[in-house]
Amino acid sequence: MMEIMEGSHAVAHAVTRCRPQVIAAYPITPQTHIVEALAEIVANCELDADYITVESEFSALSACLGASAAGSRVYSATTSQGLALMFEVCYNVAGMRFPIVMSIVNRAMGAPLSIWNDHQDSISLRDSGWMQFYAEDNQEATDLHYIAYKVSEDHRVLLPSLVCFDGYIISHTYEPVDMLTQEQADSYLPPFKPYHRLDADDPISFGLFASPDYYLEFRYENDQAMRRAQDIMASCGREFGEMFGRDYSGLVEAYRLDDADTAIVAMGSLCGTVKDAIDELRDAGKKVGLLKIRSFRPFPTAEIRSALSGVSRVAVLDKNISLGSKGAACLEVRDALYGSQIPVLGYVIALGGRDVRKKDIAAIVEKAEKGIGDIFYGLREELLK
Amino acid sequence: MSYQDWFRQDRLPHIYCSGCGNGTVINCTLMAVDEIGWKENETVFVSGIGCSSRASGYIVTDSLHTTHGRALPFATGVKLSNPDLNVVVFTGDGDLAAIGGNHFIHACRRNIDLTVICMNNQIYGMTGGQGSPTTPAGALSTTTPYGSSEPAFDLSELAVAAGANYVARWTSYHVKELTRAIGAGMRTPGLSFIETMTQCPTNYGRRNKLRQVTDQVEFMKNHTALRQKLDRMRESGQKVPADVIAIGEFVRRDRPAMGVRR
Repeated sequence: MMEIMEGSHAVAHAVTRCRPQVIAAYPITPQTHIVEALAEIVANCELDADYITVESEFSALSACLGASAAGSRVYSATTSQGLALMFEVCYNVAGMRFPIVMSIVNRAMGAPLSIWNDHQDSISLRDSGWMQFYAEDNQEATDLHYIAYKVSEDHRVLLPSLVCFDGYIISHTYEPVDMLTQEQADSYLPPFKPYHRLDADDPISFGLFASPDYYLEFRYENDQAMRRAQDIMASCGREFGEMFGRDYSGLVEAYRLDDADTAIVAMGSLCGTVKDAIDELRDAGKKVGLLKIRSFRPFPTAEIRSALSGVSRVAVLDKNISLGSKGAACLEVRDALYGSQIPVLGYVIALGGRDVRKKDIAAIVEKAEKGIGDIFYGLREELLK
Repeated sequence: MSYQDWFRQDRLPHIYCSGCGNGTVINCTLMAVDEIGWKENETVFVSGIGCSSRASGYIVTDSLHTTHGRALPFATGVKLSNPDLNVVVFTGDGDLAAIGGNHFIHACRRNIDLTVICMNNQIYGMTGGQGSPTTPAGALSTTTPYGSSEPAFDLSELAVAAGANYVARWTSYHVKELTRAIGAGMRTPGLSFIETMTQCPTNYGRRNKLRQVTDQVEFMKNHTALRQKLDRMRESGQKVPADVIAIGEFVRRDRPAMGVRR
């Protein structure tokens, strides 16, 4: 049923339909509306779960880890500094292979303090072993939670997921959302079946020492699971499409890319603006297309190589920067196209909530056509004098 | 010089909601500083994250606006690297008692020569009114829609138990007493902890039958009593109502302290 919903509330209701049994979260802007809604839903007994008002994000994810180890489906949400505080636990969750799903309402990292959107927070968790899915709009942000649980809990994967969507741009914006009914959600996402859990009758220990004789193999197994997750993500996304009409089988999604000279690569809500800009550029005779990356981890290298094989140049828009190097997506796309002659140009944009308009996209396309790239786009030169 | 000269005029007006008690606490702090005669270039204000912690940015001295809950470790570094500095920490209940609780007890244990001023509004004000570790049992917040089921921390008693040399609790109603307590704390070597109960009409009062700003200030006036008086009442077998908050000086002592000016 279509409803006009704030992004955060849509996510909270989707999470409710995923039936998590333990929710632990600490308030941080702009994540608060999600956890406030869930606190109320649990208090109203509309969801049979425990909601823990923990004293920090570190405790939030630690409580989630414990609950997952005990065999529960769990949920948390955070952003920015909160995710940074969880860093240590994040590696433990992935290393112990607990299929936790957490929403990241993307926000810039301090200092300077910023509550506005970019992707630096979740990108900083790139190597932790969490899957990372990026949503373009409220509908996708909502749907990706069902899919994330299904992929994470698949016994061939058993890795945690971050469902990432842009702070304010999605979290605080009202859009029509087609919300699954509880019956639909239940038919797609079966109850959680832990692969291993704390069980007094069959004791096991998690997180013990791995000597140098064993550690390498643990990381290798993590890596193999992440690679397997590509196919599982595709099949779970396809199944979602077959059941509810919205197909998420692609880890990337192309828009007017077939005959494009210039391909823009982007993630998250930015893709909506890029699509509008592309329509205008196409009207003006420029062959521009978009390749949206939905899954940053696992990274669909082969899909990207094949999708971009016919273009003359690629402009990658990154809402993050590895200081002294480039944006994360730019590096990965360049790696995917290694050996081809297609130039891949990186543009670091929109850090700390700087607005991106259609004319900015047009300007970036113009720069790409001239071969000008690997830059911060939109710098206020007067501030740098 | 007056306390008003300590404000960064170009950063005003401040971001606090109408009726917020934080401004009163900042004024009391700066009056105490002014009275003691600290110099701007010898004083540093350190804060964490939250409404309380915006205070450091409004003051003309050097300041560190740090991460959530970590003002005390940052301040420890400042003070131990240069004990000649006067270091004041602004913090809130969420900052100090929740995410930074561990740092609080260890700063008190080490008894570092800091003045820690906690604006306890019993709620996470800046993020929109979620329950904090000082939200009273039964109080409404956005994460405890039918009332908090957890007991609240008594921060002053915690500071006494953990070893701070000076501990006092007042409220934003008790302006004169608060100013005197902050001054006494600043003069005491070792960690001084001054807790100020502070009204938050936007996120606490309006959810808890204290709709007007004055309702909450009146509440603090009528539901507080000197700690010593409450002790006497208990000793004589009188019943102390559960919602009465102990105020006054909790401890003034001379445990060995760290970072005291040589």
